[in-house]
Amino acid sequence: MLDATGRTVAAVVGGAGELSLFGFRAIRDAFRPPFEVGEVLRQVHELGFRSAPLIAVSGIAVGVVLSMHTRASLERFGAESMIPAGLAIALVRETGPLTAALLLSGRIGAGIGAEIGAMRVTEQIDALEASAVDAFKYLVVTRALACVIALPILTTVMNFCGMLGGFLAEHAASGMSLRLYFDRSFSLIDVADYVPATLKTMVFGFIIAVTSSYLGFTTTSGTEGVGRASTRSVVFSSILIIVSNVILVRLIFFFFPGLRS
Amino acid sequence: MTAIAGVRDDEPAVLGGAKVALELDRVSKSFGQKRVLDQVSFSVATGTAVVILGRSGTGKSVTLRTIIGLVRPDSGRVLVEGEDVCGMTREHLNEVRRRIGFLFQTAALFDSITVGENVAFPLRRHTNLKEREIRGRVREKLEQVGLESEYNKMPASLSGGMRKRAGLARAMALDPPMLLVDEPSAGLDPLTTDEIDDLLASLKEHAHTTLVVVTHNIASARKLADRLVMLHDGRVEAEGTLAEFERSDNPLVRAFMAAESVG
Repeated sequence: MLDATGRTVAAVVGGAGELSLFGFRAIRDAFRPPFEVGEVLRQVHELGFRSAPLIAVSGIAVGVVLSMHTRASLERFGAESMIPAGLAIALVRETGPLTAALLLSGRIGAGIGAEIGAMRVTEQIDALEASAVDAFKYLVVTRALACVIALPILTTVMNFCGMLGGFLAEHAASGMSLRLYFDRSFSLIDVADYVPATLKTMVFGFIIAVTSSYLGFTTTSGTEGVGRASTRSVVFSSILIIVSNVILVRLIFFFFPGLRS
Repeated sequence: MTAIAGVRDDEPAVLGGAKVALELDRVSKSFGQKRVLDQVSFSVATGTAVVILGRSGTGKSVTLRTIIGLVRPDSGRVLVEGEDVCGMTREHLNEVRRRIGFLFQTAALFDSITVGENVAFPLRRHTNLKEREIRGRVREKLEQVGLESEYNKMPASLSGGMRKRAGLARAMALDPPMLLVDEPSAGLDPLTTDEIDDLLASLKEHAHTTLVVVTHNIASARKLADRLVMLHDGRVEAEGTLAEFERSDNPLVRAFMAAESVG
């Protein structure tokens, strides 16, 4: 029993160590030529642009639901006029970044894990290496950079669509105009609300890309292994995003103490 | 190892004074407890073909992977044009890899791009050719393997044999001075096998391409080989010319040659 526990702990610690080294290598190689700009842009399109519909639709739905809940709470205090600002702060500071990251860990993480895993078991990664191409840089670094670029943009889309959803719900409930809604939404938000919370999604993007790529790169056992890599990519990315969010929020509060209020 | 016709156990194959393109010097490799290569040594002269024979699981593919640096040996040296690929930096290794074409046993085409893009891939990465020149070169290579009409098809829509030929076209894209070919005839009909063998023989004769071919097909070996190397349990069991193999007293060589002759 102890042996089995020891082996499990050793495997977890070993895996975490390997994943960390994988991540450090991705950071180091991102600053070394060749920079694979074309492939990065292609990945931004594949991973980022193609995720926009998912983020937009989800953002509107989240905005509608948040608005309904906010209205139910604020109505009791006669503070319905605060609904747009309250919803905007909730979205921009936390709900938007975290929801976008978790949604993208599903779409992008599963995709990267499955794609790289399939490339591993069909020798395509070896074929890249045999073609004198650094497969790590070509597959991992490009996806990590693409995710780091795409996540803040998609989070901004999520925030905007969330506000739009909030407006739709509020317009249906009270007939509030679009202009008034957005005026009130932005009345209490400043740059310090938006910038740190949005930039932290660069870390989430890096986590999604590196975790999924690592699991894809280390795939064994054929198609079964590919499926496992895909599933684990989503699970581990999501867990790491949620855990790292705690640390990042602490850091944001440390560097931007005004956000505690 | 059985020495055949003047080949001593303790030295590389006699190369007739020709420049050595490739030399494996006491290469060993284990995966876990399994020793896959055990003190494997042989040499290939520039512009000649060595065919590696042996039963499945005797280390033939690992030998090819070792040559191109995909597998790092536990001990021994792999010298490509005199440079040991085992201790090279990645940049240096990539320079060597640009001079070597590799056809994988599974073809290993990139399945997210078309056949034409697969062949164009090394050209885009490693040359400054214009788009029109790249397209021309790709068409030429696809024509050589009889796939000119498959330019825009995705690899998934090709048969196994066609994929193999597309893989060969990609391996030849940069006109490398050395080609490593893993089971070129696997999955191909006899006529296509003949065509591929003729193409490889022509590359050797006209472009002086050095060939290292892993095959089970003795007919292919007859057409291509200047020398043969037989691997057994990760060791070089025999080495020599085709004629020397056919006269060999080594029971494994005889059994292999007889079985292939019948087949």
